[in-house]
Amino acid sequence: MMSHHMTLRLVVCLMAAMSFGAIAGSVAQAAPLKIEITDGVIEPLPFAVPAFVAENSAAGEMAQKIARVVAEDLAGTGLFREISKDAFISTLTSFGSPVQYADWKAVNAQALIGGAVSIGAGGKLTVKFRVYDVFASQELGKGLQFSGTEAGWRRMAHKVADAVYSRITGEGGYFDSRVVYVSENGPKNNRKKRLAIMDYDGANLQYLTDSRSLVLAPRFSPTGDRVLYTSYETGFPRIYVLDVASVGRKILQTQEGTMSFAPRFSPDGRTVVYSISAGGNTDIYRMDVKTGRAKRLTSAPSIETAPSFSPDGSQIVFESDRSGAQQLYIMGASGSDPTRISFGQGRYGTPVWSPRGDLIAFTKQSKGRFHIGVMRVDGSEERLLTASFLDEGPTWSPNGRVIMFMRETQGASGASSLYSVDISGRNLKRVRTNGGASDPSWSPLQN
Amino acid sequence: MVAFTKLAALSSVIFKSETNMLTYTQEKQSSGASNMKFLRGAVLLIAAVTLSACASPDRFDNDNTTSLGGAGISDGSASDPTSPLYFQQAVGDRVLFSVDQSTLDSTAQAVLDGQAVWLAANSDYNAIIEGHADEQGTREYNLALGARRADAAREYLLSKGVAAARLKVVSYGKERPIEICSQESCYALNRRSVTILSTGLSS
Repeated sequence: MMSHHMTLRLVVCLMAAMSFGAIAGSVAQAAPLKIEITDGVIEPLPFAVPAFVAENSAAGEMAQKIARVVAEDLAGTGLFREISKDAFISTLTSFGSPVQYADWKAVNAQALIGGAVSIGAGGKLTVKFRVYDVFASQELGKGLQFSGTEAGWRRMAHKVADAVYSRITGEGGYFDSRVVYVSENGPKNNRKKRLAIMDYDGANLQYLTDSRSLVLAPRFSPTGDRVLYTSYETGFPRIYVLDVASVGRKILQTQEGTMSFAPRFSPDGRTVVYSISAGGNTDIYRMDVKTGRAKRLTSAPSIETAPSFSPDGSQIVFESDRSGAQQLYIMGASGSDPTRISFGQGRYGTPVWSPRGDLIAFTKQSKGRFHIGVMRVDGSEERLLTASFLDEGPTWSPNGRVIMFMRETQGASGASSLYSVDISGRNLKRVRTNGGASDPSWSPLQN
Repeated sequence: MVAFTKLAALSSVIFKSETNMLTYTQEKQSSGASNMKFLRGAVLLIAAVTLSACASPDRFDNDNTTSLGGAGISDGSASDPTSPLYFQQAVGDRVLFSVDQSTLDSTAQAVLDGQAVWLAANSDYNAIIEGHADEQGTREYNLALGARRADAAREYLLSKGVAAARLKVVSYGKERPIEICSQESCYALNRRSVTILSTGLSS
């Protein structure tokens, strides 16, 4: 469990390009601001976000809202802790004014985020920010500015938070991203399901389908522009491709008279892998999206389903009960050399390859409980991150640091919701949704 | 006293989203002290697809009607041996399975024997056999397991002389439980295949 591979080390040196300190000509010598995560206890890094400066009167409310979302994004990771404004000794009155580092050191802020917001002609919203390493008394990285429409203010806030996260951890962020999932309502024996899409934090909810047909397991394309999902629109489970912008959808032309489900895109977005059930047997196929040409990848009499590509597109992880119970296997992208990787007690399903390529997330059933876990690609160093009556269906954050999944409660009034957890097992929390929710799929970072 | 670095050249990156126009501009550092004016928004390009910023997230009539199998046929009277209701109640429209199994025990076979006889006598009807699983399993696996169960029932009926063209299968996995408790007493009834009569569905 404690091997260096599973130890998350986010050590970041932030000294690059920071040679312009207050002292003329000297290179800053202070210890760099960093977050280091290990399997041990982590002390969240304290940060301060004074109200962003409203550079014109129209921007007052927006300046507050944007600063709030930035703070919520950072604090929500569990890696950072926001220092209450009540503790502040000084503030940032204008974006360019000198920072009184001593005042921020005194309240133990290690990172300070200063920002400014203006709303120009035609409602153009501009957000600027700078990050300061308080203990080193210097700016961290470069100032950055975003412009856009007012309606996009949350995305701009997420972009700011992503940049701050990235500078301090050295990893890509994940805040400017979306989640497509199945929205659920009604009792277990009459549940209505429909596709919904929202920002990663639950904001900007939109429904993509109505609830007349049962829908399952939406999956984003690699650029987030399309969604694959399974619908019973025809009376039978069939795969559809939905264009997120237009909400137009079309059926994937799989074999007539069969059931098709469990689709996922290849990393280049040109191929779909999926399962077909025919004659009681379920196998994995791949299809070229443009030509519609399909190739069968497995042909055992056992169940083969839930395929997921490696980030380089060369391999596919999937589940099979060919050994007598559900286990995980990896094969070449054309079906070659299927090799079992899971050997622990219990049943393993729904494998998903990490965007970093290093880990497989999965659902495990053992002794009547369900777990979300991760293992290395060779099956070693299995680690269970959660446990409950029913946890299922992991999806990776764009940076491969966080997993979102579905948790269903027990009993006649059981209901589903979305949760997220760090791959260290920390920071388990519920994701805000409107009503019940299942089958999340996390988009890549938006451009 | 902090000297801001001069922000001269700007590298810009384009944002694109269907809802918003966003651009961002990164400062580049060269040298010299300065102030705010250095943030120069070299806005490159804004590709924006406008989407209705509807106040409600719901662009659909929230019609909650759901059709669950069956072809809108009337069930008739339970005392009429040619009625679908008789098929459901007297013959028995469903068989049950053990945990993670799709084999038909003798009870299940007896029910299916009755179904085969009924279908032979009532050739106006076709059937869709639904396969179901209990909630103790992952979604995709349960779809595949439901397909196995439905197919096991179908194969048995075929072996008893029902024409293949009259029988279709569909799996609902764990999506359509009839019993909702989280105990074996409910799970046992949810692990089932159900023969749903229809008319005019053969193709």
